[in-house]
Amino acid sequence: MKSRIDARFAALKAQDRAAFVAYVMAGDPDRATALKILQGLPAAGADLIELGFPFSDPMAEGPPIQKAAQRALKNGMTLKGVLDLAAEFRQTDQTTPLIMMGYLNPLVTWGFEGFAQAASAAGIDGLIVVDCPPEEADPLADALDAADISLIRLATPTTDDKRLPVVLRRTSGFVYYVSVTGVTGAKEADAEAVRPAVARIRAASGLPVAVGFGIRTPERAGAIAQVADAAVVGSALVDEVADALERNEDVTARVLSKVESLAKAVRMARAGSIPA
Amino acid sequence: MNAPTQAMVPPATPNDFAAYPDAHGRFGQFGGRYVAETLMPLVLDLEASYLATKQDAAFQAELNGLLTHYVGRPSPLYFAERLTDHFGGAKIYFKREDLNHTGAHKINNCIGQILLARRMGKTRIIAETGAGQHGVATATVCARFGLPCVVYMGALDVARQRPNVFRMNLLGAEVMPVTSGASTLKDAMNEALRDWVTNVEDTYYLIGSAAGPHPYPMMVRDFQAIMGREIREQVLEAEGRLPDAVVACVGGGSNAIGTFHPFLNDESVRIIGVEAAGDGMGTDRHAAAINGGRPGVLHGNKTYLLQDPEGQITEAHSISAGLDYPGIGPEHSWLHDVGRAQYLTCTDTEALDAFKLCAELEGIIPALETAHAIARLPDIARDVGKGGIVVMNLSGRGDKDVATVADHLGRTI
Repeated sequence: MKSRIDARFAALKAQDRAAFVAYVMAGDPDRATALKILQGLPAAGADLIELGFPFSDPMAEGPPIQKAAQRALKNGMTLKGVLDLAAEFRQTDQTTPLIMMGYLNPLVTWGFEGFAQAASAAGIDGLIVVDCPPEEADPLADALDAADISLIRLATPTTDDKRLPVVLRRTSGFVYYVSVTGVTGAKEADAEAVRPAVARIRAASGLPVAVGFGIRTPERAGAIAQVADAAVVGSALVDEVADALERNEDVTARVLSKVESLAKAVRMARAGSIPA
Repeated sequence: MNAPTQAMVPPATPNDFAAYPDAHGRFGQFGGRYVAETLMPLVLDLEASYLATKQDAAFQAELNGLLTHYVGRPSPLYFAERLTDHFGGAKIYFKREDLNHTGAHKINNCIGQILLARRMGKTRIIAETGAGQHGVATATVCARFGLPCVVYMGALDVARQRPNVFRMNLLGAEVMPVTSGASTLKDAMNEALRDWVTNVEDTYYLIGSAAGPHPYPMMVRDFQAIMGREIREQVLEAEGRLPDAVVACVGGGSNAIGTFHPFLNDESVRIIGVEAAGDGMGTDRHAAAINGGRPGVLHGNKTYLLQDPEGQITEAHSISAGLDYPGIGPEHSWLHDVGRAQYLTCTDTEALDAFKLCAELEGIIPALETAHAIARLPDIARDVGKGGIVVMNLSGRGDKDVATVADHLGRTI
């Protein structure tokens, strides 16, 4: 069976456009609102969804996603709760890829095999684990393989040619290129600096390359969409949650409106370009 | 990026406890390198650079010279005669790390790592600190070698350890209060990792505990093992034989592993660590990762951790800021699991009593961390019995804790 991730990237390639990937934190600010956001994302223009699962000590996150995780945990979100949310989303959407993103310890706690089977049943397509480099990933990769879930790998500006094959071993779906050295939401990605890295990773992996960690605005998302197969936005979306809460505004509407403007910029990015 | 220059020697026999970690940086199931991909080339490069220094006579000579003339090594092995009489069991010896420059064992590791950082061409040093002892030791070596130093410290710890913050400032270090999470040591470590992942070109992360991603647990242990090697020589000279037990307090576990490591293959030597039990092991306010936690992954290594049923890390509590951490170095987790070392606990109240007892009977004001180990000495001395020998690492002096202790005794100073 062709995976949802492969199918989505193939369809977008036929349209000669990049994907817009929206990151939201599961359970932020609470389960009901997070479900409404999730259900609204595809119509608002999210081609793939990264669903953050909260961890108490997210060492690669900047303040926006740290705080989003704290809001979700405070309101009782658990790893099982994240899968329940995903399963409920899948009742109304069978095509949008869902990729969970977070840290290893909650998965260690559940047990890799049990988690992978439950995640597969909930309709999860891929998993990104920030603190699980290839050297430590084999037990997790075994469990995910058995459940047909892609282990999405991170390549970074410090990944040189010698290391790249190590990073790409046992990966599928797409490769996530962390466009800046730093935490999420802190520095801005430079499309021209990203271009050669994306080309190098694409050639080495034969997989689509998504770029994230430094994209906050429609302009930046559009620029990245010209050089990469997908642009990922996370911190800017969870900032909408925080800001709407502070101003007592409709959180769902604020997030989805931001997604619409970002997704539009990604869709327009290659307008007028000659289809390959 | 360099590959490791030599493969580490695999354990010769299952009983060769000193041969770990393996080539993957593991002590049994513990340890490893659980860091973001951005940092992987850096920790691999660090490992290669560190292993190269082991073969480098000039590096070793510079290290030994500084340990002798700057730190003041070897530290004495002192026979605690009055405590021995008081407990009425085995002879108690103290390894006097409190007499080192900066007043604790932390400097041993900082000297080693600052030389390594210089050799690697790094121009900026970062560190995390809880009580401020490692921060002060790092700021000290940075001053000595003229390198800029940023120390991450939980905002709560900044407030309760003002004198150490001022000390670091005097030494030229910038102290960054951390307000994320619970504003304590684990959050300071998160923030230091976030700094490192942002400043990958010029920055060296000088970790003070025998914890974090490989090679830190091995490297910090190696730099601290000078204590255990000295104890071995000194006790042989004083008593003509090895001790029956070596004892140390354990937070992250750098003073303990440095004491224990040279004795791991001596079957006759009991190895005893003491974890902080805070308000008591029956409460949820303690810092005993082995006695009250379970294995998990945090801060780059797999080890025993305080965590909730969902795998979220929980807050540690101890009167001693230096033990107030929800994890423990991975080698301790392994020594516990294979049964080579025993990990006891000590409450805040017991530590305070031991703190006073040591001051009154030996004229030594120990660090509150160390007081946790002192508190278990009566039982250990009795178990070992008359004619036996127990060596405890007196890991630091207690001047920094005087205000905390006064506070708990209801005294104003």
